[in-house]
Amino acid sequence: MLKIKDKIKKALQLFVVFFKIGAFTFGGGYAMIPLIQHEIAENKKWVTEDDILEIIAISESTPGPIAINSATFVGYRVCGFWGSFFATLGVVLPSFLIILAISAVLSEFGDLKPVKYAFNGIRAGVLALLFKALWTMYKKCPKGAVSYIVMAFSFLLTAILDIPVLYVLIGCAVFGLVTSIIVDRRNKT
Amino acid sequence: MIYLELFLTFFKIGLFTFGGGYAMLPLIEEEITANGWMALEQLVNFIAVSESTPGPFAINIATYVGSQVAPIGVFGSACATLGVVMPSFIIILIVAKIYDKFKNSKTVKGVMTGLKPAVVGLIANAIISIAISVFFPVSLVSLSVFKTLQFYVSLAIFGVCTLLAFKKVHPIIIILLSAVVGIATGYLL
Repeated sequence: MLKIKDKIKKALQLFVVFFKIGAFTFGGGYAMIPLIQHEIAENKKWVTEDDILEIIAISESTPGPIAINSATFVGYRVCGFWGSFFATLGVVLPSFLIILAISAVLSEFGDLKPVKYAFNGIRAGVLALLFKALWTMYKKCPKGAVSYIVMAFSFLLTAILDIPVLYVLIGCAVFGLVTSIIVDRRNKT
Repeated sequence: MIYLELFLTFFKIGLFTFGGGYAMLPLIEEEITANGWMALEQLVNFIAVSESTPGPFAINIATYVGSQVAPIGVFGSACATLGVVMPSFIIILIVAKIYDKFKNSKTVKGVMTGLKPAVVGLIANAIISIAISVFFPVSLVSLSVFKTLQFYVSLAIFGVCTLLAFKKVHPIIIILLSAVVGIATGYLL
């Protein structure tokens, strides 16, 4: 067990490092990985390079944003619950403060003509970015019949039948689980 | 009570978001339109803001929605952000403890084979709703939109930006470019 003094020191260090990571990652999520690698694995040597890969794998199979997942996980590895707490607080705080400030500015200036015009253009640009993001996610998806069926169904169920997103997610999770069990059994026999 | 509502809604969003980046878009879109918290246009505007500021989209959007919806903005932001962070935090704490079991779990793998493609289908649907709001704003009646220059300007911006996005041009440059075109055409037309 670490002494209390060491623990407090480590927790504060975690806060500072993750605050820095939160303040300097644009686009969130995966953009954060190289920084985590640099700060946590190379500089502080709190975790190994292999741990980083594990963290990514875990983040991908647990709910929630990667930034939060990795902060909580690294924090726990370094010094338990309070490590998680301060790392997560650190990674959240910069966004929180920046967006609070921007939100006030947007409410103040959002109705100005040039701002409105700018956002008219920006919305079309954002659509392009989303389109690209969708493509990237599609490429990263496992290929195969199950994948394509689930994609088509989740799309059609929400687009045409207007079924709530939550139900579609739960349904697809169950479907994935059942098909993987069936595939497993077949491989065994 | 709006603060509790914000917390619970974002807790749900955090709990059911698998994968980074825009995986949470479908749920966010559904929740904010169902609750009447903001128009789709405002959400798309904010995606641009989120892309141009540091930090993960999840935290940014939670903070923003909270500040816009609640009478006391800061508290609203705090509730929404706490809500979106909490599920990841708790789940990762548990996973960190039972890591080896979790890593080799066939159930987790099976569930993920269903969830990954489901998210792609759901995002595709969310993007279509956003595309409709971009090209056919509420202020314009259906078919007459093809007679407005705004429609063709948006289409051109979308086309060019998609090309740039696939050429890996940085999102901030794409947003700036579409803002400039938006302002220029706004004043000229």
